[in-house]
Amino acid sequence: MSDKRIDEATNTETMGHEWDGIEELNTPLPRWWLYTFYACIAFAVGYAVVYPSIPLIHEGTHGSFGWTSRGEYAAEQKAEAAQRAPMLAALAKTPIEDLPKNPDLMRQAVAGGRAAFKVNCVQCHGAGAAGSVGYPNLNDDDWLWGGSLTDIQQTLTHGIRYPGDDQTRTSLMPSFGHDKILTPAQVQDAASYVRSLSGLEPKGAAAQRGADIFAVNCVACHGPDGKGGRPFGAPNLTDRIWLYGGSREQVVGSITNAHAGVMPAWGQRLDPVTIKMLAAYVHSLGGGEAFATPAPVAK
Amino acid sequence: MVSLNPQGQPKRKQRPLPSALKPKPQNGLYEKKQPIFPRKIDGRFRRLKWGIMAACLAVYYLTPWLRWNRGPYAPDQAVLIDLAHRRFYMFSIEIWPQEFYFVAGLLIMAGIGLFLVTSAVGRAWCGYACPQTVWTDLFQHIDRWFDGDRNAQIRLSNAPWTANKLARRLAKWSIYLLVSVATGGAWIFYFADAPTLFHQLFTGTAPAIATSTIAVLAATTLWLGGFMREQVCVYMCPWPRIQSAMLDEKSLIVTYKDWRGEPRGKLGGKASGGDCIDCNLCAAVCPTGIDIRDGAQIGCITCALCIDACDGVMAKTGRPRGLIDYATLEDSDKERAGAPPTPHAKLIWHARTLIYLGLWSAIGCALLFALGTREHLAISVAKDRNPPFMLMSDGAIRNAYLVKWRNMEDRPRPMRLTLNGIPGATMWSEEMGKAQASRQLTRTIPADQTEPLRIYVVAPAGTAQQPLGFILTATDTQGGSVHYDTRFDAPEGGQ
Repeated sequence: MSDKRIDEATNTETMGHEWDGIEELNTPLPRWWLYTFYACIAFAVGYAVVYPSIPLIHEGTHGSFGWTSRGEYAAEQKAEAAQRAPMLAALAKTPIEDLPKNPDLMRQAVAGGRAAFKVNCVQCHGAGAAGSVGYPNLNDDDWLWGGSLTDIQQTLTHGIRYPGDDQTRTSLMPSFGHDKILTPAQVQDAASYVRSLSGLEPKGAAAQRGADIFAVNCVACHGPDGKGGRPFGAPNLTDRIWLYGGSREQVVGSITNAHAGVMPAWGQRLDPVTIKMLAAYVHSLGGGEAFATPAPVAK
Repeated sequence: MVSLNPQGQPKRKQRPLPSALKPKPQNGLYEKKQPIFPRKIDGRFRRLKWGIMAACLAVYYLTPWLRWNRGPYAPDQAVLIDLAHRRFYMFSIEIWPQEFYFVAGLLIMAGIGLFLVTSAVGRAWCGYACPQTVWTDLFQHIDRWFDGDRNAQIRLSNAPWTANKLARRLAKWSIYLLVSVATGGAWIFYFADAPTLFHQLFTGTAPAIATSTIAVLAATTLWLGGFMREQVCVYMCPWPRIQSAMLDEKSLIVTYKDWRGEPRGKLGGKASGGDCIDCNLCAAVCPTGIDIRDGAQIGCITCALCIDACDGVMAKTGRPRGLIDYATLEDSDKERAGAPPTPHAKLIWHARTLIYLGLWSAIGCALLFALGTREHLAISVAKDRNPPFMLMSDGAIRNAYLVKWRNMEDRPRPMRLTLNGIPGATMWSEEMGKAQASRQLTRTIPADQTEPLRIYVVAPAGTAQQPLGFILTATDTQGGSVHYDTRFDAPEGGQ
């Protein structure tokens, strides 16, 4: 088969094959290229030995050093935790009312809270913390239980109407219609009055009758002017924010069958530092309030 | 277009080769690397090469050590790629990451610059300025310095491995290593303050990334410059392949003027008749080990050392210089027909060169213009989209924005942010209370910094969705103002 000859035009040896007058020139690959190929094979073998790579029947080979991607992830997590440790320690030491005095720590707390919020809170309050009907919007300036850092921390730790926590925020509005405390007509009148407080309805005859009903049944919690009461988590009825909706049907519904929203006592599930960070984050959303009284001196 | 086959002979020159050419030795399917021992030569192109080599090495090694005063807030290194702080400093120019198009523009200019050079003077990049060429040249000089010139090198290469040879080789390779480490070492100075890093390197406190970069670059320099050399040009580098597609009959290539040289033969010998005395000096000086008399080929980096060699021989034999010379194929055809050689300066200027030059300068001017007119003040606004707006207890509507105040000067600047639109709206930042809300905020932005600030804008109840802008004004004597137009969201019907 070998019919090697020197091709005249190129002065190169041919491979000795010929198909229909077409011949192949021998243009040899550099030898180092071949050695590079061998080196790659050697590297691949070494790699297969050092790293877990060969699948066996029940599990794969473990590699010389027992490397795993999970182990690497755990190590990264550990390094991350070590990096965050000083910040968390400082946060644990700082009472929440002193946080605003340390803007740097506050910024870190808000960032940590943002991450914790995404894991624990968005299910009810939404990714933008804007809530929905029955789930309070945390961005606005209306707070059922108070909007200072300490108030928010307290609410987060002990929850709202949460069984099993004796300090949980609690209050209960009677179901005035359902429990027959008020007649349906009285409920309608009370709704007219409540809606007139924020200007949703004119103060007509129904509202006048409602005012009397309100004075007897509602002022204990919502106050004589309807501005609510934070000790009972009673909403302010004079503003434009309605947790359960402000339409006539929705207000009538709320009076007939009272709502009683529940939030878990996060103190049972999260560590105090995470709760502190969450409080800082919620406070930072734009509606946070200053402290009503001078911050107590830490002892 | 001249297409070259792997052996390098141009296909369009299919005339019979000189009979003196012997077939290439065959090595089966894999070819052993042929050692190359280029002979020392002097001449006009060698001196040009010396000059360019000195300039390239000087620029490479000295640039990081140049200082440039940028005041107290910025580094004083003239050329610095500050990856940690995401800044690129080049003398009076400072590039921010969002201005990376300047760097992209420079890369485009470098690309077109290669086309321009190729169009004007062929593979001059390969022959003179390519780092592979410069460092190979450097290593070949080290070879000569240690082992003597070509013949001595061949003798030593063929000699058995005695203790003496081993010692000489080890000494030479350790100099290779030293050059390689210095090459890698110079590179990292572009990425950190050179004197500090230099000190750190010698006290062992340099960051691991610096030492590992030196190690990688030293290894590649040693391997590619010390041992692979012309193999890089012939087998690894894509550029010669690209260039063989770019060269045409108007491209300057190193040409053996066979119509003048053939038939070649020893001076006074029987076959003599052409100017070529077959002294093989042109092949002996070639750093890539080719014989230019075989015609244009991919291994020819057009370093022109064979021109120097041949010119010397022509002078000694009393014949005119330029038996081997830069020439275009077009010009070669004319000369073969009896016309005198065209001066090189005339060959450089043709339409394509001018088009590339125009394109290259246009991009350069555009970049310079953009650089000269850019603002050193910038604002960017990201509006909160979840929730898009917020109803407050008094019915007012609030939107939130993340406003970035950017000061690109090398000193702190006082700035003022003003609301543009919605007359009744006010704003306040996360740092202050709602009580201090107003139409404008002031703040001093540190030198060379971007400061993000969350801004709340509150508009009275009933405000409809509408455009809203922010204006950022520098309130120092230099002044300047930029604005950003965004949107104020509100519930439909203002409710």
